[in-house]
Amino acid sequence: MNTDELKKVAVEVRKDIIKMLELAGSGHPGGSLSAVELVVDLYYNHMNFNPKNPTDPNRDYFILSKGHVCPVLYAVLARLDCICCDELCTLRKIGSRLQGHPAMDKHLPGIEISTGSLGYGLSIAAGIAKGMKTLNKANRVYVLMGDGEQQEGSIWEAAMAAPHFKLDNLCAILDYNGLQIDGQVKDILNIDPIAEKYKAFGWNVISIDGHDFKQVDNAYVQAKQCKDKPTIIIAKTVKGKGVSFMENVAGWHGKAPNKEQTAQALAEIEAAK
Amino acid sequence: MVNVYGSKATRFGFGDALVELGRKDEKIFVLGADTVSSVAIDGFQKEFPNRFANVGIAETNLLGMAAGLAVAGFIPFVSTYGVFASGRPWEQIRTTICYSNLNVKIGGSHSGLMVGYDGATHQALEEISIMRCLPHMTVVVPCDVVETKKATMASAYHAGPVYIRYGRETIPTITQESDKFEIGKANVLKEGTDVCIAACGTMVYEALMASEILEKEGIKAQVLNIHTIKPIDKQAIIDSCKKCGAIVTAEEHQIFGGFGSAVAEVVVQNCPVPMEFVGINDTFGESGKPADLMVKYHLKDVDIVAAARKALTRKK
Repeated sequence: MNTDELKKVAVEVRKDIIKMLELAGSGHPGGSLSAVELVVDLYYNHMNFNPKNPTDPNRDYFILSKGHVCPVLYAVLARLDCICCDELCTLRKIGSRLQGHPAMDKHLPGIEISTGSLGYGLSIAAGIAKGMKTLNKANRVYVLMGDGEQQEGSIWEAAMAAPHFKLDNLCAILDYNGLQIDGQVKDILNIDPIAEKYKAFGWNVISIDGHDFKQVDNAYVQAKQCKDKPTIIIAKTVKGKGVSFMENVAGWHGKAPNKEQTAQALAEIEAAK
Repeated sequence: MVNVYGSKATRFGFGDALVELGRKDEKIFVLGADTVSSVAIDGFQKEFPNRFANVGIAETNLLGMAAGLAVAGFIPFVSTYGVFASGRPWEQIRTTICYSNLNVKIGGSHSGLMVGYDGATHQALEEISIMRCLPHMTVVVPCDVVETKKATMASAYHAGPVYIRYGRETIPTITQESDKFEIGKANVLKEGTDVCIAACGTMVYEALMASEILEKEGIKAQVLNIHTIKPIDKQAIIDSCKKCGAIVTAEEHQIFGGFGSAVAEVVVQNCPVPMEFVGINDTFGESGKPADLMVKYHLKDVDIVAAARKALTRKK
């Protein structure tokens, strides 16, 4: 898909995120909106993933380490017809397959493992990647992480392991939106210089504007070409991107919009088409 | 007479089972964390280097990568010292492995006081408590090297996460190859009518020795080896309580929330009888010779005997 088509998909995905959160009454808009281009481009242009056969043994794997932004994943899976768009209305409702954080036990197609406790996704992805290497399979493994999440020590165990085991089939994406619950990441527990840290750990590091589809697309291409080292794409993003009153506001990490805010948000997203 | 068929550390049972499993099934993958030879998984490493990974002193990543390997279709076994296999990565076990019901098998070696000279930091006394409270987790505490090998073999094809607790120290071998082993089914090692001694792991031998002492006093003790703490064999416990009217549990583990508590949950709800617990009494261990520590911390046959006598005074 070309950039213009991808932008149209991104508009629909952003609208879906806002609508499903309003209906749920709770959830995480900020970090879902900042990750839209990263997830859309991955699923539409790069992931070997068949929505009609989500457990194909030759598929690429996607691990949503920052599990709280599952609305963006659910929305993309719905746009791909992997799940029904109507099901998006059931987010966080009792009995729903669309849990507040991705849940494997609900058997939603496209969810490889339950995530939501920050800091574990990189290890899980490294384990899958190691498995693919052991079996000499060409499947790739993608893992989306948050920047606040980099404060978890467990990330760094995996960050050492992936280059050590030469997992060049592993591509991590860091949604670098600068905010966490209590404020700016640099004020709570500074993670910078993050690119230099990953480089020092032995990763291939690609820094991009996470909302520029051309840059996002090129990064995924470059990641596939890198040999002997895992890749991390450090994507500078805006938390709450696409909704003016949410952009760069820490308070929109974990709050659902009300009816008026939803109407305004949808109008703004539509206008950006 | 307590039949003893030799002596060997239970960690070798785990290690030998892995090699045998590895030869039969390409899906077996083993991960270690810098303690590879002391937890006896070096045999597997040597024979199947392509299906082995040493992740270094990084136990959260150890369990995380094991989870990933399970997602990729392998049957991953991890092993390191019990404290670091169960405690440090507990949340990873809970949320990544148990919540997703992944086929990860955890070998927690070096359990109990019998770790010896390394002392309290390395003496795992809590694993039964913190593993059995997790949904989908199976918990097995085998009594000797023969049973440890059987438990490990069985765990490979037992659906979902499994935690196997075993040790560093050489202990008596009290079961044989021909003895039946099934996850979830307790074994009556000795029939009795006056009191039931239910034990797991290293305390099964002490339970048998205690029953000999009691026999000389005219007390017939039933000895029940409950190797599977979860899912626990409720019927075996109920049958023993109905038969004997009093029960003592014995574990090389904290009393709070451990094996005895698991047995008590069954007893209290089904067949309340006088009950006593033998185990570590809410204290950490210390450095010392393993055998001396078992005496100091009251984990010997004589301590089981004292507990049995106490339970009997309350028996109606």
